[in-house]
Amino acid sequence: MLKIEGLTVSYGARRVLRDVALEVKSGEVTALIGPNGAGKSTLVRAVSGVIPVVEGHITVGATSRRPYDLITLPPMARARHLAVVPQAVSLPPAFTVWETVLMGRTPYLNFLGQTSAKDEELVRLALQKVDALDLAERRVGELSGGEGQRVLLARALAQSTPILLLDEPTSNLDLHYQVTFMELVRGLAHNESLAVLIALHDLNLAARYADWIALLVDGEIKASGTPHQVLTPERISEAYHLSVTVIPHPFADVPLVLPSSQV
Amino acid sequence: MRRLPYIWTLLFLALAIILSIAIGSVFIPPKDIWGVIAGVFTGYLPAGLQTSALILWGIRLPRTVLVMLTGAALSGSGAAYQGLFRNPLADPYLIGVASGAGLGAAAAMSIRWPYTFWGLLAVPLAGFLAAMLTVLLVYSLARLGKTVPTTNLILAGVAFSAFATSLTSFLMLRSTGELRRAFGFLLGGFTQAGWNPALTILPFLVIGLGFLILNGHALNLLQFGDDQAQQLGLPVTRVKTLILVAASLVTAAAVSFSGIIGFIGLIVPHVMRLWFGADYRRLLPLSIIGGAAALLLADVIARSVLSPQELPVGIVTALAGAPFFLWVLRKAKNQGYW
Repeated sequence: MLKIEGLTVSYGARRVLRDVALEVKSGEVTALIGPNGAGKSTLVRAVSGVIPVVEGHITVGATSRRPYDLITLPPMARARHLAVVPQAVSLPPAFTVWETVLMGRTPYLNFLGQTSAKDEELVRLALQKVDALDLAERRVGELSGGEGQRVLLARALAQSTPILLLDEPTSNLDLHYQVTFMELVRGLAHNESLAVLIALHDLNLAARYADWIALLVDGEIKASGTPHQVLTPERISEAYHLSVTVIPHPFADVPLVLPSSQV
Repeated sequence: MRRLPYIWTLLFLALAIILSIAIGSVFIPPKDIWGVIAGVFTGYLPAGLQTSALILWGIRLPRTVLVMLTGAALSGSGAAYQGLFRNPLADPYLIGVASGAGLGAAAAMSIRWPYTFWGLLAVPLAGFLAAMLTVLLVYSLARLGKTVPTTNLILAGVAFSAFATSLTSFLMLRSTGELRRAFGFLLGGFTQAGWNPALTILPFLVIGLGFLILNGHALNLLQFGDDQAQQLGLPVTRVKTLILVAASLVTAAAVSFSGIIGFIGLIVPHVMRLWFGADYRRLLPLSIIGGAAALLLADVIARSVLSPQELPVGIVTALAGAPFFLWVLRKAKNQGYW
């Protein structure tokens, strides 16, 4: 479980996240939605320790054990708790898929960066889970967007962390890859009881595949709950400055958001 | 096979070493080289090899070792700089090591030093200190709070380099001393004889290059960008700073005795990358070995084409190195290797 409390982040004098509180439960997919510039990527970066936090706590671990405050952990230790899947753009083309996924084992390597048979086995397993074992010898530069995204997911899985953060992984994927990727992520969350936080642009993808949705607007969490609770026409219209209609999905028990007119 | 690249580059280095020892104003055949070296172990030197032994131990070998160390230093730090800045145009001089060393050396050359141990060391020492000061200055100018943005670092380095180079030219124009010597330093060359230069820079290279080799994995991670590298567990700011310091230290040590030899530190890492792949855990050691071999060959050419006159080796590295690199680039099967 990942618990974010009172998280405040600023770029210079500008507050980009204000007092954000969010709980990402193990075994669930929590979608983070919100308009461009709301702070979704900033939240992912702050939680993963790439940008400094002004205030707040980020704790991990089941309630039975003593929770860690992630903010105080150095990068190496933090990377054993939490893995990040960025967008698969501008990856260094020369590495092979195998080498790339093996880099997910970094937090467990000695100072020489030597890998063991166990590391190799975990890489194989991770590639298998995302159905990309046949890509192992290919160079990253030769992959399609969908393949690259799966490889980065495998790299995060090789990190063997209980928490997974994904930053708009479906933005560059076609319809087929969007659906298979989201099904893969949901399957991993449910079957391996990972706590998954995924920033998404596509509201209907979020509605369809997330167990829980948090709406971030102007650096503040405006609503969080099940898709039915969060995706109401009033809320979405206000957040996106666009009038929308919400109808029941034709064959799934989730809401479907449709823009109803021009601004 | 994983070891094959090492075998090839080491063979290439062995060949270059033999050529470098054999060729000069007097040719020493490999048979005699072997005789002299065997003599060390058996304690018996065959008649007629005394002169060869003197040339070998007193001139050829110390020079060969210094050239090797310089080539290794420049290529190793070049590979590290390219990885650190994620920039194929990066070379060891990118953030001011060369211009700083040039300025320091030119300033020291305007004074006539006595031919004592410290007198001979004055110019290299001034070059070394000025190079390290330059890196420190550029680094602190580029710093924003706790981070050092790469673009800032490159821009500060380029700007300061232009400033220092102009200042060096000014000093040279105003100087009453021997301009030839200053030019020699700026074009690169191995002017000091004996074992002292090689032995002086050796500890810096062992520490600096050793550290770089250990950071191959870190450089691999950095190719994905600072964010991803840190999310994968790398303490990015600290590691980048240490790599920068190690690479600059190595370059400054090499430059202090050998002058500013261009092109080696840019091209050898690229050739190794084209031939053997971009994995920095292999690229660093291979660049170090390949750089030593390449500079040895350049030095042999510099010594022999206009014999007995000696060309500055910096002229040869670009004159012979550029066509060779272009040929490798055209032949390379794996385009988009970077």
